Amino acid sequence: MSTVVLLAVTGLGLAALYFLVASGLSLIFGLMGVLNFAHGAFLTIGAYGTWWAAGNLPGAGASGWGFVLAVVFGVGVGTLVAALVELALIRPLYERHIEQVLVTVGLSLAMVALVRAIWGADPRPFPAPEWAKDTTSLLGASVPNDRFLLVGSAVVVLLAVLAFLRFTRFGLVIRAGVENRSMVTALGIDVRRAFTLVFAIGGAFAALAGALGGVYLGSISPGQGTSLLIFAFIVVVIGGMSSITGAAVAAVLVGLVQQFANYYAASGVGDLSVVLLLAVVLLTRPGGLTARVA
Amino acid sequence: MLLRMADVHVRLSGSHVLQGVDLTVRRGGVTALLGRNGAGKTTTVKSVLGLVPSTGTVELTDAGGRVHRLSGRRTHEVVRLGIGYAPEDREVFGGLTVAENLTLAERRDSAHHHDRVYELFPELRTRSRQLAGTLSGGQQQMVAIARLLLNDNQLLLVDEPTKGLAPLLVAEVAEVLARAAEEVTVLLVEQNLSVVRRMATDAVVVDQGRVAWSGSAPDLLADADRARELLGVAASGGAQARGEPASPPGTEPPVPVHRTSAGEAGA
Repeated sequence: MSTVVLLAVTGLGLAALYFLVASGLSLIFGLMGVLNFAHGAFLTIGAYGTWWAAGNLPGAGASGWGFVLAVVFGVGVGTLVAALVELALIRPLYERHIEQVLVTVGLSLAMVALVRAIWGADPRPFPAPEWAKDTTSLLGASVPNDRFLLVGSAVVVLLAVLAFLRFTRFGLVIRAGVENRSMVTALGIDVRRAFTLVFAIGGAFAALAGALGGVYLGSISPGQGTSLLIFAFIVVVIGGMSSITGAAVAAVLVGLVQQFANYYAASGVGDLSVVLLLAVVLLTRPGGLTARVA
Repeated sequence: MLLRMADVHVRLSGSHVLQGVDLTVRRGGVTALLGRNGAGKTTTVKSVLGLVPSTGTVELTDAGGRVHRLSGRRTHEVVRLGIGYAPEDREVFGGLTVAENLTLAERRDSAHHHDRVYELFPELRTRSRQLAGTLSGGQQQMVAIARLLLNDNQLLLVDEPTKGLAPLLVAEVAEVLARAAEEVTVLLVEQNLSVVRRMATDAVVVDQGRVAWSGSAPDLLADADRARELLGVAASGGAQARGEPASPPGTEPPVPVHRTSAGEAGA
């Protein structure tokens, strides 16, 4: 029983990371039609930003509010980079999807190479508060506290995004833009501002996933974001491409399937199971979980 | 003169849809944009808004006599000059409520006339929390027109507002648009000639991507032969063009181009 609980909570922790990356991807694709392959790089920037701040930024550190400050710094840098990428590279290429894919793939490679050039290819131990390394007893299982941190953060982000989309004018513009972008502009709304905002929000969540992923894995390396991105894309597709709640449900499915298959079958089977899950969803519901049934 | 288009060309997916459209819309009244299916009416409207890539000149003259070049501007900038748009397929946001659809349409450059909208369409008030996607076609058209009337505009571009509506609703929509037209200029794409007859002061006929005729709408409709020749339908007795077989694009006989003052203005 305790093993099942531990696997489930760990699976949910992983799901939280997937969701944080996938929610941004999903918003960006839904509104702008952009498949952002540079999203993993935002995660890497968030992770290294947090790591750098914990060691160098005055007031920041590996524990307490110092750690919070380090994460805020990492997320801030990720947000800023994402906004700049949108303004400088994506904006000139609106509606040119092939070029956008090429630019984001190239950017992803370049950013990873830049991080590697500055801090090396070896994994760096990631600072984490002591309490995150402790365990809490849950239904007989000793669950590391960082799992709760991950799940809690993802839930807060999910609720915040839903509230933002539901109750703000920008949220209204984004929801309408996901449905019919050209009609939004025909109402006199400059949808490009929403594009930049969505990119920045997506970058912030990915950067947060980078910082939390560092806590979860105990170390960071330049290629971490790119490997997580693949699963995040799978989550987005299973969730229905442009649905935040769909992404949340799909992330939980993928995280749990991966953990349980890795434990009960063999290490590595988890990844295969996720691909199988993707195939099953696409064959039975081609539009993903949230696709409207005709 | 409120709107002037001169030598406007649009190419879409390799097809030369507009081949040098020249037309003017005078301030006040309703100008009907007529023509057979595929003639380029909707594309003409979209080219005003910059919703399709075009070449040529499109200009709007505001109430103060200042001329604004619309060509090359982004769609939202064109709209903010005071142009309302109700597209052919309504394009209300189905995932938003009626109230959210109206809130979204509120422009910062304008006062918002919710009272006027709810007075014209009381049903929208009772259904304000309903998702627009669950409304009937007629109710969705009310939302689309309500979006137009919510703001202060100089020009309304209304594309086939009665398409697919029951006769009773056609009359209701025509009534609302006629009331709106008392205050604002309307460029109306419409295939239902009884609606055109009721509302339009001027008419522009497009055919094969060019303006084939322009002038007084009552004159056009009074001349049954000319209407049949230009529109491919009988204009007499309030006949409706909807559902009338139209020649497939490209196979119809060429229509003689009667260059008129409006047509020549930009030529």
